[in-house]
Amino acid sequence: MSVLIYIENTNGKFKKSVFEAVSYARETADLLSTDLSAISIGSVEPEELAKIGTYGAMKVLTVDDSRFNSFSNRAYASIIAGAAKKESANIIILSNSFSGKDLAPRIAAKIEAALVEGAIALPKIQGNSFSVRKGVFSGKAFAEVELINENKVIALNPNSFEVKEFGENAQIEKFSPETGDKDLGILIKEIIRATDKVSLADAEIVVSAGRGLKAPENWKMIEELATVLGAATACSKPVSDAGWRPHEEHVGQTGLSISPNLYIAIGISGAIQHLAGITSSKIIVVINKDPEAPFFKVADYGIVGDAFEIVPKLIEKIKEFKSN
Amino acid sequence: MKILVCISNVPDTTTKITFTNNNTEFNTAGVQFIVNPYDELALSKAIALSQGENGTVTVINVGEAGTEPTLRKALATGADEAVRINAAPRDAWFVAQQIANYAKDQQFDIILTGRESIDYNGAQVASLVGELLNIPSVSIAKKIDVQDGHATVEREIEGGKEVLEIPLPFIAGTAEGVAEPIIPNMRGIMSARTKPLHVIEAIEVPILSTIITYDTPEPRGAVQLVPEDDLERLIEMLHSKAKVI
Repeated sequence: MSVLIYIENTNGKFKKSVFEAVSYARETADLLSTDLSAISIGSVEPEELAKIGTYGAMKVLTVDDSRFNSFSNRAYASIIAGAAKKESANIIILSNSFSGKDLAPRIAAKIEAALVEGAIALPKIQGNSFSVRKGVFSGKAFAEVELINENKVIALNPNSFEVKEFGENAQIEKFSPETGDKDLGILIKEIIRATDKVSLADAEIVVSAGRGLKAPENWKMIEELATVLGAATACSKPVSDAGWRPHEEHVGQTGLSISPNLYIAIGISGAIQHLAGITSSKIIVVINKDPEAPFFKVADYGIVGDAFEIVPKLIEKIKEFKSN
Repeated sequence: MKILVCISNVPDTTTKITFTNNNTEFNTAGVQFIVNPYDELALSKAIALSQGENGTVTVINVGEAGTEPTLRKALATGADEAVRINAAPRDAWFVAQQIANYAKDQQFDIILTGRESIDYNGAQVASLVGELLNIPSVSIAKKIDVQDGHATVEREIEGGKEVLEIPLPFIAGTAEGVAEPIIPNMRGIMSARTKPLHVIEAIEVPILSTIITYDTPEPRGAVQLVPEDDLERLIEMLHSKAKVI
């Protein structure tokens, strides 16, 4: 019995959310007094792989095979299940990224594992009971989910567990998967990634705006505020429905649920559906001209006033602060 | 083109969520149930794809008799027939097994479902069914176009998208952008009453996971208001107290 972590790389590099998942997996292994191995698929430099040891893995299996350079949920799931078998791992952990969401159920189905997608805390182990906390009702509540089967798959939400250094000198080992599974004829035609923008799903700071901004051309100051803070931009549902902003920026009950360290809501009234997607943010700042806006009830800090006056001033003040 | 749409029956988005029985059960008292909003997108996309293709759209739900109004709503929206697998949905594995078992001999060209349900947010069914049926799956599809026996699908990735070409049959979880939701009209509502709704008994499936308890987020402390001419103070608090910038 051991724990296996799948370490997803993005163009050969690991994101912070992967390190979070590695630390989480190490602590899970520690709770069970067992070892943590990692599996990497695709081309990653040894120095980058060594970081996985820093964050807690004792061993890193690497599949550096050009056939598996591009993501295929079926082939990857098969490789990860194979690595779990090799390592006698019955718990597989991964980051709940978009690819993680695609992969986790496939892995679980292969090994008939109990699965939690969107874990937000370390497992609770009491006697024979092994349970994991996750958000339900789109952020309006939490559930403690018991994973009954011996095989378990846990997909950890980004920004829900602190990166910790364990300083292991991980042994790096080549792994040749025996997978016969192909990609089922899925062809990746194109990958379009905005490299100059912070991705909303794993952003530590998010600047979000709503109908209070009145028109799409007014997002310039929102983008500028996001740039000075190194933040991602987001919006409320009416804004994406109106086509002012793309759907992937919509956070809320029927959009993305996020848990950044800092969420700044500008000109968003705070309808229950919007709040559902952001209540697990660590700190919430609300800027709204209506002092009665429901958003103030869930905010840590609030400014009552006109966003068109406050935001440009805030940008200047943050620039000043950053330069000192 | 034969399309299957998997729908779940969820509390209306405005529902205030509470629990009963010592926080072990969702309190359904007074709750209005709707078609899961993401599944509504799947259904709308399926109807659009089937039009002009001589297609049929079947909707399937794993649920007890109480979910039939949701299936009728799907029929009113434009589905041709409905199937209810008669069992309380216990976990995603249970639901996926029921759907895969129903679909395995039916030769659907496309199976669509919402990217996740807004109640348990499992986000598992599309990939589980894909694995069980051994067909390609995309768990979060933002765009789906079908032509000449294959589909072009946009999958969401961090900070962008991946454009995939996928042979039929496949299963996808639909996200916003995939279709405009279709609102049922009076004719649809009238015809839904006479469209077939089949009830099928569930197969035995082992339970892999179960929810032990629920809780709701702790209320935050009172908001600290900062005057708009004292933004330095806000920045200072975010920096030294909250340590987020």
